[in-house]
Amino acid sequence: MSDVVPLLVAVPILAAVAALVLGQWNERVSWGVAFLASAVQVGMAGLLAATVLGGETVRYEVGNFGVPYGIELVVDGLSASVALLVAVVSLGVLVYSRVAGPRTPAFHAEYLLLVAGLSGMSVTGDVFNLYVFLEITGLAAYALVASGDSGRAAVGALKYLLIGTVGASLYLLGVGYAFIATGTLNMADLSEQLADVGYSDPLVLTAFALIVTGLAVKSALFPLHTWQPEAYASAPDSVSAFISALVSTVSAYAIARMVLSVFTVGFFAANPVAQNIVVGLAGLSVVAGSALAVTQTEVKRMLAYSSVSQFGLVVAAFALATESALVGGTIHLLGHAIMKGGLFLTAGAIAMATGARHVSEYRGLASRRPFLAGSFAVLALAMVGVPPAVGFVGKWYIALAAVQAESWFIAAVILASTLLTLAYFARLVERMYFAGSPPTAPETAETPGPTTDAAVADGGSDGGDAAASTAVAPSIVALVAIVAVSAVALGFVATEFAQMLEQTLPELLLP
Amino acid sequence: MIEDLLLTRYNYVVVVLLLGIGTYMLIENSNLVKKVIGMNVFQTGIFLFFITSAYVEGGAPPVVEHGGHGSTYVSPLPHVLILTAIVVGVSLTAVALALVVRIYAEYGTLDENVLREVRADE
Repeated sequence: MSDVVPLLVAVPILAAVAALVLGQWNERVSWGVAFLASAVQVGMAGLLAATVLGGETVRYEVGNFGVPYGIELVVDGLSASVALLVAVVSLGVLVYSRVAGPRTPAFHAEYLLLVAGLSGMSVTGDVFNLYVFLEITGLAAYALVASGDSGRAAVGALKYLLIGTVGASLYLLGVGYAFIATGTLNMADLSEQLADVGYSDPLVLTAFALIVTGLAVKSALFPLHTWQPEAYASAPDSVSAFISALVSTVSAYAIARMVLSVFTVGFFAANPVAQNIVVGLAGLSVVAGSALAVTQTEVKRMLAYSSVSQFGLVVAAFALATESALVGGTIHLLGHAIMKGGLFLTAGAIAMATGARHVSEYRGLASRRPFLAGSFAVLALAMVGVPPAVGFVGKWYIALAAVQAESWFIAAVILASTLLTLAYFARLVERMYFAGSPPTAPETAETPGPTTDAAVADGGSDGGDAAASTAVAPSIVALVAIVAVSAVALGFVATEFAQMLEQTLPELLLP
Repeated sequence: MIEDLLLTRYNYVVVVLLLGIGTYMLIENSNLVKKVIGMNVFQTGIFLFFITSAYVEGGAPPVVEHGGHGSTYVSPLPHVLILTAIVVGVSLTAVALALVVRIYAEYGTLDENVLREVRADE
């Protein structure tokens, strides 16, 4: 079983090469290779998740170098869930990109490299190895953002690259401090050694600050989020769905892994100030992200700011570090990926169908595109946290944990964020369903705001030019509807998933 | 105190300088290519930090010959890590410069402020 773990990384990398080489011969083959690799990835991740959620942790020593000297890959309940999420979302978005583009071999190669990087981040048990996968993920993500045709995409990608690199470098610097303090890089070994060094040692404190800051840049928490809206908004629709669903998600997972597995709750017990700072910044991110989302006119930018807010919630949950907070954080992390990815896919499909990319252009959409508008509304309400949906379950557990931990600040923030989330999604839902059709033809409607090249950023690369009111492939409408249904359906299985998680999580919470 | 720091810990002083200069260039310089250079300088600071941490006074290069044990060696692990980090840095620079070339081809400028004006008119 443990032999499957390295294949999670190796298969997509090899397939990326194959997609690129075979694509030179025939462009259509590269999509097939990517699809096959993603399907295999889903199978492998599913197999691992089935094993691990039974309560067993799978370990693999790379190259048979003994722990703690060699690199170790570790799969527990948390990492298996994230790896499975990566595999499933990448398969779904790949199906979408077949219609929506881009379809070049280079795109598929970058796509598979990103899958490899993300899978590697979720299964690695070595802090330096995490840095390497972080940068593989980053490089592939920068290239994917830039795969849009417009100059805007290149500018967005460069900004993402510069800020993302500083984030990853800060993480590396933090790893350096931890390494100097302990002389080890293996996560399990590091957590024991750090406890021996003492949690109030300046080296350990600095390492914590640098590592969390670096990863917070990558998951786009509030003051460090500036790269994210432009990167998401300027990328092709398939890419923004993929990146928004996974890249920040896996970085937030890395924060959880570093905070809980490496520094452990003992660190927070010894340094309540550090815990308060992380919780405080995460709470700030929730409020500021929502407030900024309300002010946006472009739908993709609004969704991007919404991510800033939701990741604040997830990180706050991980920093509270109680059992229900951890369960809630994990469920919201996974649920957010499905919902936000789905929202970006739907926004892309709506843009393909009608050319609408701004909030004002969504007027009367429900009568013209009932399925797309319906899916968008369902996903938006799920994100707000309307009960049966998965967004509710995650928020419920986090709110419960905040009350149990008597962290009234976070409890208040969750309430406020729900109202603010409602505020920015209600604008869209209201326009789609109650505002009536626009008086003028929607396709020639002027695009307000400074970012008027939005329509160009759309998949010009697919050659279809995404002209107004073109028919959308039924497969895309079906895919979007499936995502919307699953966002609700996952809410029903989330409680059972929470019970499975609770079997594997307690070892993370041992002081 | 200061002399002590400069004489015995000068590597760390240089690390801090490199990190500071790199960050400053990254934030303050409006030329995109110079921003990329700033990013490189910043990373170089981190490389030096790791390499310095590996140093052992009187340590030999970590090449163990047949039967040769017992002497002091510098730690080889940070060197290996930084070798990897340098490779990552080179790839990042390549991608960044490729993007800069594309931005220049699209907008005809490398200056961030001009770029902002050009894009506002679009």
